[in-house]
Amino acid sequence: MIHVEGLTKYYDTFCAVDHIDLDVKGGEIVGLLGPNGAGKTTTLRMLTGYFQPTSGDIKVKTHSIYENPLAIKQLIGYLPESAPLYKSMIVYDYLDHIARIRGLAGEDKQKRIAELADMCAMRGIMHKTIDTLSKGLKQRVGLAHAMMSDPEILILDEPTSGLDPNQIVEIREIIRKIGREKTVILSTHILSEAEATCDRIVIINKGRIIADGSTQELTAGKGGDRQIQIGLMGVTADEAAARLKEVPGIVEVVPMDCDEADTIRLNMVCRSEGDVRPDLYATVKATDWVLVELGREAKNLETIFRELTREN
Amino acid sequence: MRQALLIFNREFKDYFISPIAYIVIAVFLIVTGWLFFSTFFIFDQADMRRFFNLLPFVFALVVPIITMRLFSEEINVGSYELLLTLPVTFRDIIIGKFLAAVAFAAAMLLPTLSYPIFISTIGDLDWGTTLGGYIGAILLAGAYAGIGLFASSLTRNQIIACIVAMVICVTLAIVDQMLFFFPQSIVDVITFISSNAHFSNIAKGILDSRDLLYFVSVAFLGLYATHLSMEEK
Repeated sequence: MIHVEGLTKYYDTFCAVDHIDLDVKGGEIVGLLGPNGAGKTTTLRMLTGYFQPTSGDIKVKTHSIYENPLAIKQLIGYLPESAPLYKSMIVYDYLDHIARIRGLAGEDKQKRIAELADMCAMRGIMHKTIDTLSKGLKQRVGLAHAMMSDPEILILDEPTSGLDPNQIVEIREIIRKIGREKTVILSTHILSEAEATCDRIVIINKGRIIADGSTQELTAGKGGDRQIQIGLMGVTADEAAARLKEVPGIVEVVPMDCDEADTIRLNMVCRSEGDVRPDLYATVKATDWVLVELGREAKNLETIFRELTREN
Repeated sequence: MRQALLIFNREFKDYFISPIAYIVIAVFLIVTGWLFFSTFFIFDQADMRRFFNLLPFVFALVVPIITMRLFSEEINVGSYELLLTLPVTFRDIIIGKFLAAVAFAAAMLLPTLSYPIFISTIGDLDWGTTLGGYIGAILLAGAYAGIGLFASSLTRNQIIACIVAMVICVTLAIVDQMLFFFPQSIVDVITFISSNAHFSNIAKGILDSRDLLYFVSVAFLGLYATHLSMEEK
């Protein structure tokens, strides 16, 4: 659906996007993740044709941005960050204007506006001036704007930034609903959001793609270290650590703080292949220690994100 | 072209949403009405010539106020991004916005049609000359609107856009009255670039193709420069 090759953008001498290659299949929801200033917005702006790339090529279906930018603009619906709409217009007039520009007229236009009003739950605000709307409502009007032509591709730049938790859930639900049929690319720096809404996550840092895959692939990848926490009674931390280190598969044992008296907690890093918990249990059973806690946690997206995008 | 008309439609309506439009129209009518009629009876001539003579200078102050928001506001608010990602070309956008500004200037001139109607009741008014004057006035507004649109495309600050356009337009309007500052060799050139010199022919009732060509050229240059400025961004 979308093919990006060697995409690069310089602002004067500053390189915002550095040779990005990306292939997006039809029907995917792709999350573009990265710290602020990583080049997410610049990448999206080049995809939508707002910026000209310094070099590299973008192909949407068979159209290249250099040869047929208008055809691409027909295929893409775009919502920039914080939905910069014409503030002085009434919601209905605004959608009407966009519908006309998108080539809808008469009956079709009325029908489409009504559909969008239902889909984005804006029936009650159609007569209001955009200026008077709250951020969440503006965002919905922006979404309606982006979906006006029923585009095959939807590009959303930080669709939930600045919204309250309820509004975030609402907008996410709308996005997921759309994502069943359409290709969606959204940027965000909220990790839980990417995890919750996206099929595939692309992490960008300093203009480069540093990770690309599904949430599972990303969390399992990178060595796939898993962490196991264990809570014990009737033993000192050093003694337990020395003994547990001998269990095959355990790489490292680190004592952790514990609030409860007479209890120790240890954090263990183990290799991802196989489950070491049965061995751990057997080891503990052979002693007279009391096992009060045994838990495992896969590395979450947040840890991976921090590891990948941390300075140095 | 359909897209340009849609943009024109939105921009033109947008003028009348804010009170600025009405203030500009009111100030324009008061200033020109007062300057024109305060000496009208002294000259004792039933024509519109001295009204039209006011326009190169008054429009140089008013048209930049009309055009200043056309691009600057969109760039500032960010709606420029949405506009450019819609399936419209730069040309559609420029023509739409330009026509909206010219149409607004025409709407501003509309109430002044009462002057010739009033004058024709008390004297013998030449309607041909008057009609020619109005056509020229629209062309003059077009030339200034081209300049104003270009100034607006340069900056996100409306005030800067307005002042830049005013400086250029006022210069074109008054430069032919400062000819004694210039060396003899370039006096002809200076006279040629002056909007006032070209418009005074029109005010007299002479519709010369050279004058018309001048206004069309200035407008075109302004719009072309706007196109370049948009590409640059």
